[in-house]
Amino acid sequence: MKKIIILGAGQVGYSLAAQLALEDNDITVIDLNPKRLKLLADRFDLRTVVGNAAHPSVLQEAGIEDCELLIAVTQVDEINMLACRIAHKLFNVPDRVARIRAVEYFRNEHLSDGTLFDINHMICPEQVVTDYLLKLIEFPEALQVLEFANDRVRLVAIRARDDGLLVGRPISELSNHLPNTDARIVAIFRENGSLRPDGEAIIRTGDEVFVLSERDDMRKVMLELRKMDRPVKRVMIAGGSDIAQRLAMTLEKRDINVKLIEPDRERAKSLAGLLNKTLVLNASESDGDLLDEEGVSEVDMFVAATDSDERNIIAGLLAKRMGASRVIALIHKTEYVDLLEASNIDIVIGLAEASIGEILAHVRRADVDAAHSLRRGASEVLEIIAHGDGSTSKVVGRRVDQIHWPVGALLGAVVRDDQVFMAHHDLVIKENDHMVIFVSDKKIIPRIEQLMQVTGLFL
Amino acid sequence: MVRVNAVLNVLAFVILVLAGLMVIPWCVSLYVDDGVSESYFQSIGLTLLFGYVFWRYTRRRVNDPELQVRDGFLLAALTWAVSPVFACLPFMFYLPELSFVDAYFEAVSGLTTTGATVLSDLDKLPYSINFWRCFMNWFGGMGVVVLSIAILPLLGVGGSQAFKAETPGPMKDDKLTPRIAQTAKGLWSVYALITIACLIAYVCVGMPLDDAILHAFSTMGLGGFSSHDSSFGYFNSPAMEAVCVFFMLLAGINFATHFLVITRRTIKPYIVDREAHAFWLLMMFSIVIVGYFLWRERVYPDWITAFRYAAFNVVSIATTTGFATTDYNLWPAFAPVWMLFLCCFATAAGSTGGGIKMVRAQLLVKQSYGELRRLVHPRAQIVVKLNGRPVGTSVLYSILAFVLLYGATIIVCTMLMLFSGADVVTGFTAVIACINSTGPGLNQVGPATTYAVLNDFQTCVCSAAMLLGRLELFTIFVVFSPDFWRR
Repeated sequence: MKKIIILGAGQVGYSLAAQLALEDNDITVIDLNPKRLKLLADRFDLRTVVGNAAHPSVLQEAGIEDCELLIAVTQVDEINMLACRIAHKLFNVPDRVARIRAVEYFRNEHLSDGTLFDINHMICPEQVVTDYLLKLIEFPEALQVLEFANDRVRLVAIRARDDGLLVGRPISELSNHLPNTDARIVAIFRENGSLRPDGEAIIRTGDEVFVLSERDDMRKVMLELRKMDRPVKRVMIAGGSDIAQRLAMTLEKRDINVKLIEPDRERAKSLAGLLNKTLVLNASESDGDLLDEEGVSEVDMFVAATDSDERNIIAGLLAKRMGASRVIALIHKTEYVDLLEASNIDIVIGLAEASIGEILAHVRRADVDAAHSLRRGASEVLEIIAHGDGSTSKVVGRRVDQIHWPVGALLGAVVRDDQVFMAHHDLVIKENDHMVIFVSDKKIIPRIEQLMQVTGLFL
Repeated sequence: MVRVNAVLNVLAFVILVLAGLMVIPWCVSLYVDDGVSESYFQSIGLTLLFGYVFWRYTRRRVNDPELQVRDGFLLAALTWAVSPVFACLPFMFYLPELSFVDAYFEAVSGLTTTGATVLSDLDKLPYSINFWRCFMNWFGGMGVVVLSIAILPLLGVGGSQAFKAETPGPMKDDKLTPRIAQTAKGLWSVYALITIACLIAYVCVGMPLDDAILHAFSTMGLGGFSSHDSSFGYFNSPAMEAVCVFFMLLAGINFATHFLVITRRTIKPYIVDREAHAFWLLMMFSIVIVGYFLWRERVYPDWITAFRYAAFNVVSIATTTGFATTDYNLWPAFAPVWMLFLCCFATAAGSTGGGIKMVRAQLLVKQSYGELRRLVHPRAQIVVKLNGRPVGTSVLYSILAFVLLYGATIIVCTMLMLFSGADVVTGFTAVIACINSTGPGLNQVGPATTYAVLNDFQTCVCSAAMLLGRLELFTIFVVFSPDFWRR
């Protein structure tokens, strides 16, 4: 339980406050807009304060004197930076996270580590989502690709298809198929239920499978579950949001043909100025004739990334209907994300979950290096660093099968220095190991934190 | 949709808390050996049994234990209507001649901190019975739901709604701490702390310890139950009266302010709390006016005595406590009527007092003044502010609706009293004294008499008025609105 102050009750602030309040933290949210705050206060057990988040008096009213973590996620980068500095210099808040969107602040060598403004951790949810999208464009077969331990290990979520080599067979055959590769299936989900991924389990078409492997083995492993799609060459992006712009910028550098549709003339103009090779179209993203003219049926990937959930849904459904081979829609509202699970849209990315994972990792009590939400927030993958020794830790110095894992937690892989080990039962955990742990139910996270905590006088 | 079963499940828990509270007078009874322990034992047993069976029965029918916003109203309303049924059991068992209607009235009067009684010969009642009456004044003052939340953090959002539904005042979104359970604990700790200070002060000025305990409870709860028929007049001590006035003035302001003062170790919150200033100034003004009036009318021979009686009785009635040091019913009309008028609005929101609350009165005055200015400057932007912050129109509208409903409730209840045969002064002042949780009214229900003169129907009306007043009308009325139950 931590005392946390969240600045800003926008999309990210709201999702964070909701999630952290449900995890029994003491939350105070500051925003200028009383209506946004009332929404939160009516639904969750937290306190709200109306006011400018960078004003010391407002921060004091929110109880900043005994606050342990400040999360500055207002719409304005500069307010977030200022608030962190004030929190550190005037109130000695030990831990300060700020959302910084402007690329400029990340580029500048003096600013990029945050120390100039006393920011412990700079985050950019838009960049996180953009990276997420880039991974899916790189691996069009995957539903989600996550990196751990400086990208030595990857976790990939993939929908199994008949043309996968392992489909219809027990997963113990995986090592026969790939003799020199160490990969591990950590979870199988089938029609709202889950399957224990032991050697006898048989993967069927349509299963959502989570596999861990070393980075370079990923392609081979994915072939076990479905045939490779052709690499993405043409991408169409609906909407000119911040994420769309970042995505287009990166893709055009990779020599991928990008078309971007933005209905607002001024925004379209400014995007055309910012982007070089991307074709910016000033039109409505749900204009069927235009999509047809611009060859939506030919694109390998259609990304619906406007600021509005409803427009993303319509554009995504329309593009799929008109023949786009793969459609991704970005959705804010959690209700919509669940609703769209069975729709024609191939991948629905819940922005709330995708963007707050990095901050959630910061809140955890154990030394969590990364935390990612999976399956629309129901599950989570944690990368935790083991600390202590045989006498102070419940993990270090023990074999994997000697550790008392809570039900629903599965250790997938361990990264020790540069080596990657898949977690077999006789592996012994050492200090500073990075453990990649799959958590099928978020409710058991506190018990994992407990397990990882170092007891005694370890400092 | 209201989750009736989930609400009943929590209600069962509140009943168990009540049984736990009854253990305290039981212990007192065993300690002083006044022969009531048998009655307490039966009461606790019955309450526990009922609470437990009810809890087991409802628990199986609860699908989703998380209470929603709407459930909070039902929980608060039911808690206050049902708790007295169990709280009055000790009276029923010990005084078999007491009817259920009267016993229920006594318990409601205790829990709502009204202090109106149907019992006479208080001095001859066993100590533990008087203890239970005053103790009810005390924990009813800060609230039964708030207490339950402080003891066991079992309620989520619905809990904070029930908290709001029970806590008096128009603006309840300002939480003292991020979480409702902590806020409840904080308020209770501050309340207990000031009560202990009050107890020590009473003992220091010479009140016997047993009386000091009882009167500290009913002073801080702004309740008014006493162990003496002549109420505070029994002691006839200016020092004790001064202590009592001081602590009534403390209990009459928002406990959130006390909480801030104690946790932040600065008296600044007292300086910025405009509502407290208005309350204190009004009290000073009224003491002077009533004191001068009593002296001019030659009720008391010298002005010092006049001011002594004025100070105590004015503060006692205006803060909705209801102690008396004399039968002010015999004073010329202005004084008692002015005192009863004050009790309608003088205490602050978030205090243990009753009535409309000072903050609502302040906002209404400001709003009216704003309308006057608008007549002179038709294009003026009028913003009503409180403590330097603009107050939203929705708050102002809800205050207008509240005052309207308050007036209507008084009229309806008075009519019912008159219909059943009461005289105008008795009927009207009984309703005023009950809905504001003051206690003594005038004429037949004055400070020297009891509510025992009322017939059963009138007693029921008064019980209802007390509950409505304590929960500030809306919480009860909303449960009776069709929209509340519609799917």
